[in-house]
Amino acid sequence: MNTLLQKLAVDNGLILSFAIVGLVVFCSGFLSRKLTFGRVQGSAIAILIGLTLAYVGGRMTGGSKGLADLAFFSGLALMGGNMLRDFAIVATAFEVQPAEAKRAGWIGAVALLIGTFLPFIIGVSIAYAFGYRDAISLTTIGAGTVTYIVGPVTGAAIGASSEVITLSIAVGVFKAILVMVTTPMLAKFMHLKTPRSAMVFGGLAGTVSGVSAGLAATDRSLVPYGALVATFHTGLGCLLAPSLLYFIVRALV
Amino acid sequence: MPLYGTALLAGCHLTGILLGELLGRALGVQANVGGVGIAMLLLIAVRFYGHKHGWLQVKSEEGVNYWAALYIPVVIAMAMQQNVVKALSGGPMVLLTAIATVTACAGCVSFINRREVVTADEAPKN
Repeated sequence: MNTLLQKLAVDNGLILSFAIVGLVVFCSGFLSRKLTFGRVQGSAIAILIGLTLAYVGGRMTGGSKGLADLAFFSGLALMGGNMLRDFAIVATAFEVQPAEAKRAGWIGAVALLIGTFLPFIIGVSIAYAFGYRDAISLTTIGAGTVTYIVGPVTGAAIGASSEVITLSIAVGVFKAILVMVTTPMLAKFMHLKTPRSAMVFGGLAGTVSGVSAGLAATDRSLVPYGALVATFHTGLGCLLAPSLLYFIVRALV
Repeated sequence: MPLYGTALLAGCHLTGILLGELLGRALGVQANVGGVGIAMLLLIAVRFYGHKHGWLQVKSEEGVNYWAALYIPVVIAMAMQQNVVKALSGGPMVLLTAIATVTACAGCVSFINRREVVTADEAPKN
């Protein structure tokens, strides 16, 4: 019986994921209404449940893909993987009002630049405080603070040690998760309510995963505006970190 | 037919990713530069011209809207496969760096968004 279920789950991975996520969304909606009287959005609770399950999965298997490392739930890797995530993000562009996006385009670009430099400076400073002195390690950790893809790309380009690269990924992943969890709580403080404000947020918060989940948990209608800017984040980081930013750090230390 | 919409979406997606990849190569970067963002801009443009010239039908749009509606479930599935264990076991430097960055960036977002006075009255529209 057990092997039968296992085979069913593995052969129908994606379909099973739709059912599991549906169940999680249903439970979250119920908790949102009954426990918080609608104050905490259902999708915010669903993302928290998802992260908790990812923790449990990671603990059980020792793998890097959360719940998706359990053979039974391997379909989640496809449903929540980059391909479908980006496809769904592109689809939300259908809701964008071109006039709104055009008007806030320049401030989005400014936010994108600050969102690259500010985390980098913080990452480098803290790494320095923790005893790192060579330009390569400092730059790699700073790059990881931008997004968890910029870290390893930069580290590989300038020849960082694998220990430092791992560290830079950890910083980026933790930042992304922190953005997912704290965005709904900080939404009021950040004045997240207009398309323009979402574009500023998308540029500064960085990481598509953090921004997309954070906005999903806050206000679904803001998602396309934030994502539109955030999707340039990794590219810009990969462009600046191993070149301009690395040269600046090397000149300073 | 809804499939036309989904095919259109797929076309924009692939073109955007390809252009992002080419842009990355042109800049000498080992990454896709804004591919998804370019795909989004393409889709916005296609929708705009489709409406203007009347060849984009409501039925076709359903094929895009369905995927947009799947956005939140996909993000939840994404949350389920984050490397949370690694993120939490990164040691004090990792935790401190991430927390300091998120705090500073949230402060910046707040600072910039507080300046948005002119358009604030349009907020309820969303």
